[in-house]
Amino acid sequence: MEQLLANPYVPPLILTAVIILVFPLIAGYIVLAERKVLADLQVRLGPMRVGPYGVLQPLADALKLMLKEDVIPSQSDKWIFWLAPVLSTFTALSAFAVLPLSDRFFVADVNIGILFILAMSSIGALGLILGGWSANSKYSLMGSLRAAAQMVSYEVPLGFATVTAIMCAGTLSMQGVIASQLERGVWGAFDNYGLMLIPTVLFIIAGTAETNRAPFDLPEAESELVAGFHTEYSGFRWALFFLAEYAAIVVISSLCVTLFFGGWLRPFPNVAALEMPLNTAFPAALFALIALGCSKGVFRQALAGFRLVMAALTGLFLLVAAAFALPAANELMIGLFWFGFKLAVMVYMFIWYRGTFPRFRYDQLMDVGWKWLIPISMFGLILNGVVQLFARG
Amino acid sequence: MAETTLAPPEVQAETLLDSNELVLNMGPQHPSTHGVLRVILKLDGETVLGTDCVIGYLHRGVEKIAENRTFQQFAPYVDRMDYVAAVSNGLGYCMAVERLLDVEVPPRAQAVRVILTEINRIASHLLWLGTHALDIGAITPVFLCFREREEALKIFENYCGARLTTHAFRIGGLQYETYDTFEKECLDFCDLMGQKLKEYHDLLTGNRIWVRRTKGVGILNAADCKDYGVTGPLIRAAGVEWDLRKAQPYCGYENYDFDIPTAETGDTFDRYMVRMEEMVQSCRIIRQAVDALPEGPIKGKVGKVIKPPPGEAYVSIEAPKGELGYYIVSDGSLNPYRVRVRPPSFVNLGALDKMCRGSLVADVVAIIGTIDIVLGEVDR
Repeated sequence: MEQLLANPYVPPLILTAVIILVFPLIAGYIVLAERKVLADLQVRLGPMRVGPYGVLQPLADALKLMLKEDVIPSQSDKWIFWLAPVLSTFTALSAFAVLPLSDRFFVADVNIGILFILAMSSIGALGLILGGWSANSKYSLMGSLRAAAQMVSYEVPLGFATVTAIMCAGTLSMQGVIASQLERGVWGAFDNYGLMLIPTVLFIIAGTAETNRAPFDLPEAESELVAGFHTEYSGFRWALFFLAEYAAIVVISSLCVTLFFGGWLRPFPNVAALEMPLNTAFPAALFALIALGCSKGVFRQALAGFRLVMAALTGLFLLVAAAFALPAANELMIGLFWFGFKLAVMVYMFIWYRGTFPRFRYDQLMDVGWKWLIPISMFGLILNGVVQLFARG
Repeated sequence: MAETTLAPPEVQAETLLDSNELVLNMGPQHPSTHGVLRVILKLDGETVLGTDCVIGYLHRGVEKIAENRTFQQFAPYVDRMDYVAAVSNGLGYCMAVERLLDVEVPPRAQAVRVILTEINRIASHLLWLGTHALDIGAITPVFLCFREREEALKIFENYCGARLTTHAFRIGGLQYETYDTFEKECLDFCDLMGQKLKEYHDLLTGNRIWVRRTKGVGILNAADCKDYGVTGPLIRAAGVEWDLRKAQPYCGYENYDFDIPTAETGDTFDRYMVRMEEMVQSCRIIRQAVDALPEGPIKGKVGKVIKPPPGEAYVSIEAPKGELGYYIVSDGSLNPYRVRVRPPSFVNLGALDKMCRGSLVADVVAIIGTIDIVLGEVDR
């Protein structure tokens, strides 16, 4: 066993397998979280039927999608129709390879990690375009045309914002970026006397557009194009597109967290006094609080089975809370915790947008992209470069 | 396939290559054509060159049914035309038959009619606001609007047992006396709306995306409104102060103090603001009517058998969507000889092509939403 783990190829392969197996489940629960948060914003409850408080809904949804009939429109270009969702999912999941989930959990720390993520998300757009094109439906076609135009336009400010961050960190490696933030003792977002906030905000806006989320969800604009590029998709193929969309959200959020918010570092990583409260007390208290919330459900649920599920969840979260109190386990998990916590905040923000903003119109989207975001991002790049050259401490 | 005579000559001259045009069939199964409207769009990229509405998917022959029903029997059918504003439909029909019969409706019945009609106007506008925002991509307002609409429907339910297709009025007055807490509930509803309208304004009016999506979209100026016979909030948003409640008062509307909100340019944003303000004005009317609710009988002198003398009557009222007219011809028998409805949705929908030309696909759904159509009323 020891020998096996020492082999440089084995741990990354294991982690890859874990990511591929676990991510669909995580995506399912992000969807559940989205439905619950949206419901909270919209004076309703969200899923409440499958399991206590709907906690088993993602499993039911996945099962339903897998059992659905496999429909390929007779007029479609079958091979491309088949290829498109695979391409989208493949590229979105590939990008996970370079995500630094913590100081010890990452598949690969390559020296062009950021470039690799941007490349993969660009190729992912191809899946959308091909999917819309091959279905031979006018709605799909318009959706994919919009996707193409949007991705090309918004990749530019996204790229400029990323370049600014890379310039600030001085490396293209994901772990390197985090190391540089640790060394400088400040998050990327607040570096250069706070001027890095410009690319941070731009990155979040352009990232939202890059992942086709509201208010930039034009490729699948429900009220106009029915479902946009995936109008003709159903069942498991549609689920793959869905998976790709959520994988893209996680990847873009991770990139944002890594570049601008210190990745798996805890806040104020150089202040030793905060080590205990932030690294032990905070996660333990957070999970204990979640366990407390779950324990309420044990008494409120009417069905015995549902009470059991809630009791199991209570136990699980208590266990996690206890684990954070143990130094050995804490050291293993704390990086993962902070990365996940920051990621969750980003994902919450994505959902929040969706519940709040109306959708942009096609021409306005281009207008915002080319006339505002690109000039501002170029300005931010130059400004940060000048500051970094002459005034950096 | 419907005949498409879409592009005007000047557009055809610009786009000589026919292959550049895309004909997109929107509906009747489409999330935002508000039911079963079918719009055939002729597109150049995303730009709309012309639209062609295909209607009739919800045609039930309501006007023909009237000829085989007695006057009372037909009254519930009119609720099924504009089913989100059933009370207004019922009011128009009852008033038309009352004019044929030449009966006087007692003041208490008039006041209760005004209260219920105005509550219904608010309910209808709430549904419009929610779905219109949904069309433009804001998914939250629809739930908030339905929450408040529920309170309006509860009042209907308490009053007459039905929530949507109420059949609240009878020819000659009312069937039921109001219930004990009716006045209080109506006033509470007005208070609630006062608070919640602020919430909607917070969500949408100041939102830059909302403003950009609605300002300058689907402009219909006053002259075009008159040409197309467009009425209701659409013509008021174009700056014409035309409201039948003021222009030819009925049901005692002359006794109430309220304003007609108008705007200038006649774009989607103006229509939004006009309707929002109309809800405030409706609350004002409800408050006044509840405060001065007279005592007395609730039904005029109408026999059990309604048999109007031969003749004809046209009565039009200000429904939430515009001028709703009923033209009834009686031949002296138990059944109407002919009933003709002038539905505001149908007439207003006629201006869709005018409003859509040159805009984008996303604007088409915004414009359909802003016209505020109910297909039950368009198709009848």
